[in-house]
Amino acid sequence: MLTACGVESTQELFSHLPDAVRLNRPLDLPPGISEYEIVDYFRARAAENANGYASFLGAGVYNHFRPVLVDTVVSRGEFLTAYTPYQAEISQGTLTHIFEFQTMICQLTGMDVANASMYDGSTAVPEAAMMAVRATGKGRVLVSQALHPEYREVLRTYARNQGMPVDEFGYVADAGTIDLEDLDRKMDDLTAAVIVQSPNFFGIVDQVKTAAEIAHRRGALLILVFTEAVSLGILEPPADVDIVAGELQSFAISPSYGGPFAGIIAAREKLIRQMPGRLVGQTVDTHGNRAFCLTLSTREQHIRREKATSNICTNQALIALMATVFMTVYGKQGLRELAEQNLAKAHYLAGKLKPRFCGRFFNEFVAKVENPDAVNKALLKKKIIGGLPLGRFYPELADSILLCCTEMSRKQDMDALAEVLA
Amino acid sequence: MISKVRQHLSQNEGLLFERSSPGKRAYQLPALDVPPVDAAEALGAENVRPEIEDFPEVSEVEAIRHFTRLSSWNYSIDHGMYPLGSCTMKYNPRINELVARIEGLAWAHPYQPEALAQGSMEVMARLESALAEITGMDAVTLQPAAGAHGELTGILLIRALLEKRGNPRKKILIPDSAHGTNPATAAIAGYAVENVKSSDTGVLDVSALEHIVTDDVAALMVTNPNTLGVFEENIIHVAEILHAKGAMLYMDGANMNALVGIARPGDFGVDVLHLNLHKTFSTPHGGGGPGAGPVAVKKALEPFLPAPRLKRAGKKWAWDYKRRHSIGRVRSFYGNFGVLVRALAYILAHGGDGLRNATVDAVLNAVYIRKKLEPYYDLPYPSPNMHEVVFSDDRQAKAGVRTGDLAKRLIDYGFHPYTVSFPLIVHGALMIEPTETESKLELDQFIDAMMDIAKEVESDPQTVKNAPYGTRTSRVDEVTAARKPVLRWKPS
Repeated sequence: MLTACGVESTQELFSHLPDAVRLNRPLDLPPGISEYEIVDYFRARAAENANGYASFLGAGVYNHFRPVLVDTVVSRGEFLTAYTPYQAEISQGTLTHIFEFQTMICQLTGMDVANASMYDGSTAVPEAAMMAVRATGKGRVLVSQALHPEYREVLRTYARNQGMPVDEFGYVADAGTIDLEDLDRKMDDLTAAVIVQSPNFFGIVDQVKTAAEIAHRRGALLILVFTEAVSLGILEPPADVDIVAGELQSFAISPSYGGPFAGIIAAREKLIRQMPGRLVGQTVDTHGNRAFCLTLSTREQHIRREKATSNICTNQALIALMATVFMTVYGKQGLRELAEQNLAKAHYLAGKLKPRFCGRFFNEFVAKVENPDAVNKALLKKKIIGGLPLGRFYPELADSILLCCTEMSRKQDMDALAEVLA
Repeated sequence: MISKVRQHLSQNEGLLFERSSPGKRAYQLPALDVPPVDAAEALGAENVRPEIEDFPEVSEVEAIRHFTRLSSWNYSIDHGMYPLGSCTMKYNPRINELVARIEGLAWAHPYQPEALAQGSMEVMARLESALAEITGMDAVTLQPAAGAHGELTGILLIRALLEKRGNPRKKILIPDSAHGTNPATAAIAGYAVENVKSSDTGVLDVSALEHIVTDDVAALMVTNPNTLGVFEENIIHVAEILHAKGAMLYMDGANMNALVGIARPGDFGVDVLHLNLHKTFSTPHGGGGPGAGPVAVKKALEPFLPAPRLKRAGKKWAWDYKRRHSIGRVRSFYGNFGVLVRALAYILAHGGDGLRNATVDAVLNAVYIRKKLEPYYDLPYPSPNMHEVVFSDDRQAKAGVRTGDLAKRLIDYGFHPYTVSFPLIVHGALMIEPTETESKLELDQFIDAMMDIAKEVESDPQTVKNAPYGTRTSRVDEVTAARKPVLRWKPS
């Protein structure tokens, strides 16, 4: 090969590099190791994490069982090692499952159109806000304080340099739902979007319908956010929502210390051309057979460059496939049953404790405890990871923890937790 | 004669919704060990949905056959060479998949106590330091979820530093050969974009640059080697020009796989760069994600990195949220941890020497393709290339055959096409990147295919224009798809 390349050594391949840019020493990294040693290294790291604990953490990341079929499918090299499906003729596998994904997200959310996925729920929120800004020609965003605090932080990072003022409205102290009066008071004609999460960060089914009415009265869009996708198995997607931005981690995506996950954006038909990211559409090939391809790409960065709807390029196709397989395995009946189990478990535990808020909740709720850190410490001794202490995000809730129960929560662990908290 | 492939049967398969029939199920749930709850009572009847209309109902066997049949309609690296220029489609080692699924890592909750997450934090710390060494930079954040997300993070960092110095400035300079994400990113970060023309040799024009770098310029975003696969030989001088005016040098690290172990951006004047772990560091593309886009910076930019940051607290790792100057979070939690695990596994497997060897092999493969195909395809920029080579369809266009046609014909020869019509500075571009993965045998088959196609263009251009023939789906009508968008299935 060297001869064919017209060089005598591989070093010569780099002879055009100026001396001043070259690294004249080996990289300071240890020598390569074998498969066995790599497994050993990561097993040792895994052993330094929690192992064998029951956990009641939720707050945007949920412990749901991952059906075996999910990894069976996503481990297929045909899906795992393919690129973004630009070449439709040899990418129909990926294109078809994304089309099915878009369809199922529409069915779940009650929206007309969904994209092929976003990085995660937190980044889907500012992308949805930017859609609303473009669609309404207004700049301001009003966001619920019961939206996941880290999502709000991400929104602020994105908004800061876009002339997109972000203001917050509060929640009702006893119910844990959004404060509609506060929202109404802060609403103005310059507001592009009102952003509400339901079930909200406290696990409570929120007043989306009324929030939408308030938003629409002043010409703003309503963006609904969800972090617990299993709730869609039982909760009616509120009508009058314009954009849904959410996180699918609950659909067979392992918690994996916070990622990779898959976000979604779904919207009303009239907002199609404001959508960020990839969209797959149905068409035909030259023989008239049904086929799929990436479409409406004139919204995207590789065509529109600085005028694109977003800079998003690679998203989360394989993770979206996990969610697609999950939705297929559970199906219409299973997702309902799964949601009912989550509901039952959380209400069983809540029945033994003092929920802080009186609002209706799905599988998470806030419990009042005198000293969250002391309680969690006591729980760790019983091999239980307790709830998330809320003081870190809400100083007024320093005496509260957020607890989550899923189908994986065992009665004996819930009883043990309730005993320590009582 | 096509030697790499021959036709075989593939299964037809409808959409899930068309396969569905009421009552079929593929799931199992344990018996409920607590009393059931009436949903209408707990949630309010108005909040409970009657059913998820048209949601699929299939059996387990139907589910696995469905996805297996779909998978057989894809081409992938596991099938063969995937020479997409700039996309770096290299082999994805399966050890990476195994270690990312080890229970203590895969099931770690981002809010579990730090004392019970030390293993995850150590993995991240080790990857940060390895990437800092590889790039020659001072600090690394692993938070961004993908390359474009890393770009946004990097530009926000530059903006924050300039703001602190008193003026965020107005413009970002971007060469006309750049990826589309660069200008899109600059716009989202609130900057105006000024395009910079490449020189006749396809690199940055230093004398032109001297004129346009004014006090309004915040940064230049440069890909190095650039999208022609050509190293920006004046990069040190370019950095000096920018720095003299108080502007920054941003490097798009999409092509870092041409430099690992050979040259370090930190040593040639780069202030900020992002890496694509799904390119250089072998994590799978998955049909379009997940990626990860770490950002590496020089010391002056470290205070602005997204919060939280890893810090040492005695013998333990801790998350530091008190970062006064931070640009804030760019995503929830800490980043695409599962992707980070895979990238670290790749680095551990290779070691310093192995990483350098991968770079050398990648460049050798690309130069080999160039030398073999140069007699058949027009090479608009004859500068020495590194990990990829860009031809144009200039000669074939005379017979009415364009780069997109050549690409489709390549499918019949058993290969995924190269990158079509990019970079934009080459009219009718064929952008070819073999990566270090490919053996001489696979390269020679590819080269033979490209030579045969060039001959076909001369003897029978129409055959090339109507390709592909061997795929189960023939050429797809993308125009109709965009004109009458059908973006979801609906019952007929």
